[in-house]
Amino acid sequence: MKVLVAVKRVIDYNVKIRVKPDQSDVDLANVKMAMNPFCEIAVEEAVRLKEKGVATEIVAVTIGPKAAQEQLRTALALGADRAVHVETEERVESLAAAKLLAKVVDEEQPGLVILGKQAIDTDNNQTGQMLAALAGMPQGTFASEVVVDGDKVQVTREIDGGLQTVELSLPAVVTTDLRLNEPRYAKLPDIMKAKKKPLDVKSPAELGVEVASKVALLKVTPPPERQGGIKVGSVDELVDKLKNEAKVIS
Amino acid sequence: MSILVLAEHHDGALAGATAHVVAAAQAIGGDIDVLVAGENVAAIAEAAAKLDGVSKVRVADAAAYAHQLAEPLSALLVELAGDYTHVLAAASTNGKNVLPRLAALKDVSQISEIIAVESADTFQRPIYAGNAIATVQSGDPLKVITVRATAFDAVGEGGSAAIEAVEFVADNDQSIFVKEALAQSDRPELGAAKVVISGGRGMGNGDNFKLLEGIADKLGAAIGASRAAVDAGFVPNDMQVGQTGKIVAPELYIAVGISGAIQHLAGMKDSKVIVAINKDEEAPIFQVADYGLVADLFEALPELEQKL
Ligand SMILES: Cc1cc2nc3c(=O)[nH]c(=O)nc-3n(C[C@H](O)[C@H](O)[C@H](O)COP(=O)(O)OP(=O)(O)OC[C@H]3O[C@@H](n4cnc5c(N)ncnc54)[C@H](O)[C@@H]3O)c2cc1C
Ligand SMILES: Nc1ncnc2c1ncn2[C@@H]1O[C@H](COP(=O)(O)O)[C@@H](O)[C@H]1O
Repeated sequence: MKVLVAVKRVIDYNVKIRVKPDQSDVDLANVKMAMNPFCEIAVEEAVRLKEKGVATEIVAVTIGPKAAQEQLRTALALGADRAVHVETEERVESLAAAKLLAKVVDEEQPGLVILGKQAIDTDNNQTGQMLAALAGMPQGTFASEVVVDGDKVQVTREIDGGLQTVELSLPAVVTTDLRLNEPRYAKLPDIMKAKKKPLDVKSPAELGVEVASKVALLKVTPPPERQGGIKVGSVDELVDKLKNEAKVIS
Repeated sequence: MSILVLAEHHDGALAGATAHVVAAAQAIGGDIDVLVAGENVAAIAEAAAKLDGVSKVRVADAAAYAHQLAEPLSALLVELAGDYTHVLAAASTNGKNVLPRLAALKDVSQISEIIAVESADTFQRPIYAGNAIATVQSGDPLKVITVRATAFDAVGEGGSAAIEAVEFVADNDQSIFVKEALAQSDRPELGAAKVVISGGRGMGNGDNFKLLEGIADKLGAAIGASRAAVDAGFVPNDMQVGQTGKIVAPELYIAVGISGAIQHLAGMKDSKVIVAINKDEEAPIFQVADYGLVADLFEALPELEQKL
């Protein structure tokens, strides 16, 4: 079975972002970028499926600027066999990303598509669900366990009340949650080998998808700043403040 | 404007989040219908009909909608969406699961987790773990939106909307429900509790969460956790507060043995009063805490329980 994994280049999760003074967007100049953490989990899951003999080939795909090839190389170093780069300098919203991914799915015919549940830049949490709809596939979102069995996959999902297990017919879309696995690090020899693995570049136009979105980003502002408070010296003082100053307990 | 709100419900009861989503719908303005989809949901529909501002409750009662599987639910929403300018749901795992599918099937964008309504087509939403707020304007004919419940005050319950059955039953041969393991708790729901006390890696193990329970009992609090505490297996996933877990905004949030990573702050920094108990006085959580106590939690918690 072929597995397609979608990886997104985003700001490193440790970086505290700044908003541009003209409020047009977040300032990404000279900021450390990385693979979206949920996509690392997606790649890891694909690699484990290959190690178990369930997956035969792993194709990593990204949509984004030229520099996003770094994240594809990382995916290749981690165990993907080849990569597809849909290159565009434009802002790509989830719907357009899902349409582009649907075209790649059409070409590649994977048995399973694995995405992150959420990109930590836009915090959208949509693309996998949209791709599933467009590709006519069932979806197992927020996965903490994925078990492929013949032409079905059982996905255990992290939901608000606990865990839910669903069984989907393949091909299907899975989106990863934090507990699915713990991603490995790429080893130096694998990073070297990854440079020689095939990487195809395509344009949205070749895939016949219009990237422009009908949702306009009017402005981006910093959130209201929270004023730090005081340190209390004892539990007694804490209880007193909560009762008599903040009045949040009685 | 005409708005359809997808009701959130669990265990045969209407979930509190729905009243917050209806409030967001009121901020948009126009006629508001609520869709209750599920199996044996008559009582839920009646509860929804009492929500202020609701004109009509549409009830899709069929086995196909039990367990809220995304494939049949989105097919149902596609069937109904033609009557509306907006479809709203809570930014719950259910809303997040279903609404993007509806949006893609209607070839429109989906706007995630709005925290404010500026007009019928313009909304604010947090991005980058809440470290920036985006104002977005949708030019789509149908607006598909998930709503952060804590950002809108719930509507009251003085209404008496009409209840109407929806006949459409979606076919689904792609997904089946296998099982659910739901947390059982007598405590208030995390998202709705007035007081939340959360433990982090500093708790050391799952057993030590008992130290939080005594305090939670006294304060009527819900218990939450950081990702590190969930990953370490101290507590189940549904207790995770943060960017990629639950969003809470109680009157009082007490963070115990939690360092205050931005991903955790994203889930709780709209709380009215924040208390941090941490033995490291440099912990970033103290930068957002109204009251910080530098102490070993194993000493501070028993004392706090006793003095409350
Ligand atoms: C993609 C992604 C998504 C994430 N989503 C979330 C999320 O939704 N929610 C979330 O919480 N995190 C999330 N994280 C993780 C986040 O980055 C932090 O790793 C996590 O919040 C740390 O948890 P912690 O504060 O419990 O642990 P630590 O950072 O290890 O902090 C433990 C704290 O306990 C204190 N401590 C230890 N012992 C004691 C004691 N005896 N008494 C008092 N204090 C003590 C220490 O001083 C320390 O400050 C996410 C990370 C990523 C990459
Ligand atoms: N530009 C992109 N390129 C590749 N994958 C993407 C892109 N945008 C989103 N995705 C995938 O969709 C997941 C969820 O993203 P989102 O819906 O934007 O939060 C990510 O973790 C990726 O797996």
